[in-house]
Amino acid sequence: MNAQTEATPIIEMRNIRKTYGPVIALAGVSIKIYPGECHCLLGDNGAGKSTFIKTMSGVVKPTDGDIVVNGDIQNFDNPRDAMEAGIATVHQHLAMIPLMSVSRNFFLGNEPTKKIAGISFYDREKADHETMEAMRKMGINLRGPDQAVGTLSGGERQTVAISRAVHFGAKVLILDEPTSALGVRQTSNVLATIDKVRKEGVAVVFITHNVRHALAVGDRFTVLNRGTTHGTAERGGITPEALQDLMAGGQELASLEGSLGGTV
Amino acid sequence: MSNETKNGTDERVNEMSSFRNALIRPELGGIIGTIAVFAVFIFLAGDSGMFSSQGVMNWSVVSAQFMIIAVGACLLMIAGEFDLSVGSMIGFAGMLIAIFGVTFGWPMWMAIILTFAICTAIGALNGFICIRTGLPSFIVTLAFLFILRGFTIFLPQTIERKTIIGGIREAAEGDWLSVLFGGKILQGFFIYLGDLGVISVFARGTRAGQPVVDGIPMLIVWAIALVIFGHILLTKTRFGNWIFASGGDAEAARNSGVPVNKVKVLMFMFTAFCATVFATCQVMEFGSAGADRGLLKEFEAIIAVVIGGALLTGGYGSVIGAALGALIFGVVQQGLFFAGVESSLFRVFLGVILLGAVILNTYIRRLITGER
Repeated sequence: MNAQTEATPIIEMRNIRKTYGPVIALAGVSIKIYPGECHCLLGDNGAGKSTFIKTMSGVVKPTDGDIVVNGDIQNFDNPRDAMEAGIATVHQHLAMIPLMSVSRNFFLGNEPTKKIAGISFYDREKADHETMEAMRKMGINLRGPDQAVGTLSGGERQTVAISRAVHFGAKVLILDEPTSALGVRQTSNVLATIDKVRKEGVAVVFITHNVRHALAVGDRFTVLNRGTTHGTAERGGITPEALQDLMAGGQELASLEGSLGGTV
Repeated sequence: MSNETKNGTDERVNEMSSFRNALIRPELGGIIGTIAVFAVFIFLAGDSGMFSSQGVMNWSVVSAQFMIIAVGACLLMIAGEFDLSVGSMIGFAGMLIAIFGVTFGWPMWMAIILTFAICTAIGALNGFICIRTGLPSFIVTLAFLFILRGFTIFLPQTIERKTIIGGIREAAEGDWLSVLFGGKILQGFFIYLGDLGVISVFARGTRAGQPVVDGIPMLIVWAIALVIFGHILLTKTRFGNWIFASGGDAEAARNSGVPVNKVKVLMFMFTAFCATVFATCQVMEFGSAGADRGLLKEFEAIIAVVIGGALLTGGYGSVIGAALGALIFGVVQQGLFFAGVESSLFRVFLGVILLGAVILNTYIRRLITGER
C-alpha cells in the first residue's frame, strides 16, 4: 500500500464542489484513486455519492474543483471525455438488453467486424469466442455465447457488465451499488469479480452503503456525509463500527445500536 | 468459484442437446405453422389444382406481396416501432407513379425514382417526428395513415377528376426501370419445362404449346431479395445488432454508444421503401393506380410479422420468421379459395392461426430469453 501511495494516482478529485442553486450537494470533496486498488465510497442516502460519481464520469460538471487524470488536469465536458480517459461506469441499471445474447450484449456498440467481398459483417465467431473467454476468466459458466442475458442472475449480469468494461480498456471502474439488490451468494460472486479486476491493475471505485461488503474487498475507505468527506482510511486502520458511525453521522445509530443488538 | 467443477462446467446447468438447441429459435413457430398449413391444404385441396404450376404461382405471388411489406415491418418492429401508414403509403406511391408517368407524361424511370425518393422521405419524416416528440410511433403513423390516404384520393380527383388512373402499362412500354418491377425472369426455363411436360401448357388458342406459367414475376424476385437482405442485415452485421438493441432497451443501447435515433429513422425509411416496391410492382401488374390500393395492408404486414415470432414491443424477432408468416398468410388466403371454402371463413382461419402462433411464439421466446 505504501508503494502505491507514493505513485501517481490514476485519478484525483481535488476539492470538488457542486451546487444546484441554493442546494450544496458537494462541499469540497477530495480523493485519490490508485491503480489496482479497490476504493470504497461509503455514505448514506443523500450523502452526495451519486453526484460525486457523476462528476467523476463526466455526466455532471463540478461547480468548482479539478479532476486530475494521470497528473494532468482534465475537466470532463461529457461522459465521452471520461470514457476516453478510461473511466467506465457500471450503473445500477445496467446498460444491458435482456432479450439479446450475452455475446451480442458484450460487444454492443463495439462489434468486431470482418470483411467479406468488401462488405463488413459482424464477426460472430470472434465475438462469441472472446465473450466465452472473458466470462470464464470471471468464473461464470455460460451455457453458450448465445444464451440471453435475461436468463442470467443479477450477480452474473453485474459480472458481465464489469468484465465488458474491463475488456474495452477501462482503467477506472466505477461500480454504483453493485450489490444492493443481490442475495448473499450473488454478492460474493460480485465481490470476487471486483477482486479479480483489481488484480489486473484496474482501479475500482466501489460505491455502497453496506459496510460489510466494503470491508470484504476494500483497500481504502472514504465516507461521504452531507456533501463532505471525513477523510480516507486505510484497510485495517478502521473498525466496522467506526465506519458505520461515520456514515450515519454519529449519534442516532449509536443510540439505536443497543436495542438492535449490533445487527445493523 | 465454488460452483466450478474440474472440467469447467457448471453442475447446475443441464446439458442441452444440439437438436433442442437447433429447434429452439425464433422462427420455430413459423416453421411449424408452415408445415401445418401445407399439410392441411394438401389434404383439403390437393386435387384442386392448388399445387399445379398455375396454382403454385397464384399463392406464391400473394405470399410474395405479403413478404415485401412484412420484411420492412419486421425490421421496424424489432427496432421497437410500428408503421401503420404502410397501406396508405402503397396507395400513395402507386398514385404518384401514375400522376408523374401518365398525367404528366414524364419518363417512367423518372416517375419511379421520384416516387421512391418522396416515399422514403415521408418514412424519414415519420421516424423523425417519433424521435423528436417522443410520441409512440403508433399514433404518429396512424396520423399518416389518414394524411396519405387523403392525398391519394384528393390528388387524382383534382388533377384527373377520377380516382383510378390507367394507362401505366402503355406508358412503361420499353422503359428500362419498370422492367425491374413488372417484368418476368426465367421465361426460357419455363418454356423448356413446358416442352418437357413438367408443367402444363396451353392446349389450344393463339398461345398453344406455350407454358401456362411463363416466368417468375419480378414481385417474387423482390420478395426473395428483400428477405435475404433483411435476414443478413439483422443477423450478420453490426447494424443488425443495433436494431435489436434499439428495440430491446433504447436507453441501455444509447449508454453503450448505439446511435438509436439513426437506427430507428433508417428503419422507418426502409419500411417506406418496401411499401413503395410493393406499390410499383402492383401498378406495373395492373396497369393502373387506384385510390383504394393497399387498404389494411399495414395490419396484414404486422400479422405476418407476429406469426413469424417477433415481439410486438420490439427487440426480438426474425426476418425468416416474418417471411414464413407471410407465406402462411398467402397460402391460407388462396388455399381456402382452392378448397372451395366460403371466403368469409378466411377471417376465422386467420384469427385462429394468429392466436395459435402468438401463444406458441410466446412459449418459445420464454425458453430462449428467460422472460417470466
